[in-house]
Amino acid sequence: MNTLVDRFRALRRPGYFEEFDYHWTMTIDLDRCTGCEACVVACQAENNLPIVGEERYAINREIKWIRIERYWEGDYPDVRMRFIPMLCQQCDDAPCETVCPVFATYHNQDGLNTQIYNRCIGTRSCAIYCPYEVRYFNWFTYTWDEPLEQQLNPDVSVREKGVMEKCTFCIQRIRIAKDNAKDDDQRRVRDGEVVPACVQTCPTEAMVFGDSNDPESAVSKMMQNERGYKVLEDLNTTPSIVYLTKAHS
Amino acid sequence: MFDHGQPSYAEVNKDVLSTMLETGRGYWILLGSTMSVAGICFFMPWIYQLFVGIGAAGMNRNSVWGTYISNFIFWIGLSHSGTLLSAVLHITNSQWRKSIYRSAEAMTLFSLMTAALFVMVHVGRVWFVHWTFPIPNQMGLWPNFRSPLMFDVMAITTYLTASSIFIYMGSVPDFAAVRDASTGLRRRLYTIFSFGWRGTAKEWHTLGWAYTFFAVFVIPLAVSVHSIVSWDFALSIVPGLHHTIFAPYFVCGAIYSGTAGIVTVMYCLRKFLNFERYIGQEHLNNLGKLLITLSLIWSYINMLELFSTWYGGTSFELEATRFRLTGFYAPLYWEMILFCAFVPLLMLSRKIRLSWNKMLVISILINIGMLTERFIIVATSLPRKFLPDAFGFYFPNWIEISITIGSFGIFATLFLIFIKWVPAVSIYEVKETLNPLRRNG
Repeated sequence: MNTLVDRFRALRRPGYFEEFDYHWTMTIDLDRCTGCEACVVACQAENNLPIVGEERYAINREIKWIRIERYWEGDYPDVRMRFIPMLCQQCDDAPCETVCPVFATYHNQDGLNTQIYNRCIGTRSCAIYCPYEVRYFNWFTYTWDEPLEQQLNPDVSVREKGVMEKCTFCIQRIRIAKDNAKDDDQRRVRDGEVVPACVQTCPTEAMVFGDSNDPESAVSKMMQNERGYKVLEDLNTTPSIVYLTKAHS
Repeated sequence: MFDHGQPSYAEVNKDVLSTMLETGRGYWILLGSTMSVAGICFFMPWIYQLFVGIGAAGMNRNSVWGTYISNFIFWIGLSHSGTLLSAVLHITNSQWRKSIYRSAEAMTLFSLMTAALFVMVHVGRVWFVHWTFPIPNQMGLWPNFRSPLMFDVMAITTYLTASSIFIYMGSVPDFAAVRDASTGLRRRLYTIFSFGWRGTAKEWHTLGWAYTFFAVFVIPLAVSVHSIVSWDFALSIVPGLHHTIFAPYFVCGAIYSGTAGIVTVMYCLRKFLNFERYIGQEHLNNLGKLLITLSLIWSYINMLELFSTWYGGTSFELEATRFRLTGFYAPLYWEMILFCAFVPLLMLSRKIRLSWNKMLVISILINIGMLTERFIIVATSLPRKFLPDAFGFYFPNWIEISITIGSFGIFATLFLIFIKWVPAVSIYEVKETLNPLRRNG
């Protein structure tokens, strides 16, 4: 009996998700964030996000893979507003992954929480299980008026109705960077070779993106910052995004 | 044991078979209207939604689950009593089960089918729903067995199969009775249905053995199905849903609403099919006692849920409970408490337990309460999870309300078709309860 138990124990790999090829990670410095929403627009352009229109926006059906959350502090006249950009946290222990009955969302070898649009049957349970509310559902099949369809990104698929979608850390860019690195004598992707659209656009450079498995990368150094924290860390989802809190609070 | 004097064996056959062989105009009108309700209120909005997308319904980003899921739980719940009660009472050898179990089991079957339809209505791309089954394919794709939704698929298909076999097996001698009483095409059809049943001692022995085996098999299955449905919620980390009490809570609620459903169905059968001699006050009295017990357990679990929230004391849980008890949906919450915890206490009085009309009202109120319970679970927890900036609100729109109404039409249609094809009261088991000395009347 014991030997059988031992044999099954040997199959268990606690913390397997820490041994990724790359571990794409982002830090967001809230001290630098001005809430300008340039990242939101960049994401919209890069990832073919549909424009849902005013009416659907009003009933909470917008699709914004990254959004700026606003929190008000204090009472009038001492009111302060704080921003926090909220996007998929690419959790290592993601609740959304366990619940998908068809493996439409799973963890890939880069530590990314991926979404396969073609496999999704639209149970929407992943959105229920996600504590960050960063999964967006295609309530309708959206179309682009001419000539807007000309500006769609050919590297990103356009999603049909009934499919869940979310931030991918611009996986199409990561794929290209990895392909190029592989062609270049099988080397690893260098720090700074790939950034998602939001990081590229941020005017105050509040966001830093990179591979945290590489101790020399900019993001690994930023993560050492003592201001760092993770959103809703108590839930044990082990997010891949580290926020740096405002220094003077 | 019956109200109006004991019927003879021949009378039992005649009474029950006449409900199948003689069809009045009222039946056709009723069937036509339930089919129209099902078609107009359920299928037409659904077809519209299939073409447009789930956006036709009123769900939004925070509450991506809505009334479709709450109705799914409600119908699964309603299915719970029939087969479970029948199996438990069979094993404990309760005589009063025998005239009511057939229709109770049919209720199980048809509410399970209605519930399965709600899964279809709910998912975004129903044309790919077969991907949830482990069908070997050339792409090597496999369902995710860690997912509680996957457990659901397994549990419901197993329960549906087991209940169908259970009800069919118990009906075989009755199919033979129909065969013997009919002519022409119907006779040929029921010859097949009854597997050539002749009523030999060996056949009776095998049937009894197999039936008891299945009864034992079905009981843990029924308990597991609603536990698994509850895990769809309890395995998430959503405040207000992430409770360990959820599995017993759902099972108890399911049996509760199912038993109330049986009382409603009993009333209709008795009223419209003239089964007064077979469904008597004894049944009503016993079901009433069962309902009181279940309502007390249900109330206890509800209090426990509030207690563990208060005792746990995390801000998210407290906020979810505060919203449920005092927020927009508070009237619905207190309505549920009134209908499911306080109204059933009236049944403590024997006079009320023995009154058909009062019991009908109470049983319908209980099921209204249970329907809202499921709605509250979905509508108050999901839109308000962790990040206050993302808080939203959910209210069903006309499509969801129409589909909810239509589902009752589907259930009623299936049931009406059933009573013309299968004897709604078990002929041979009612005979077992009669006094053999007076069997010739």
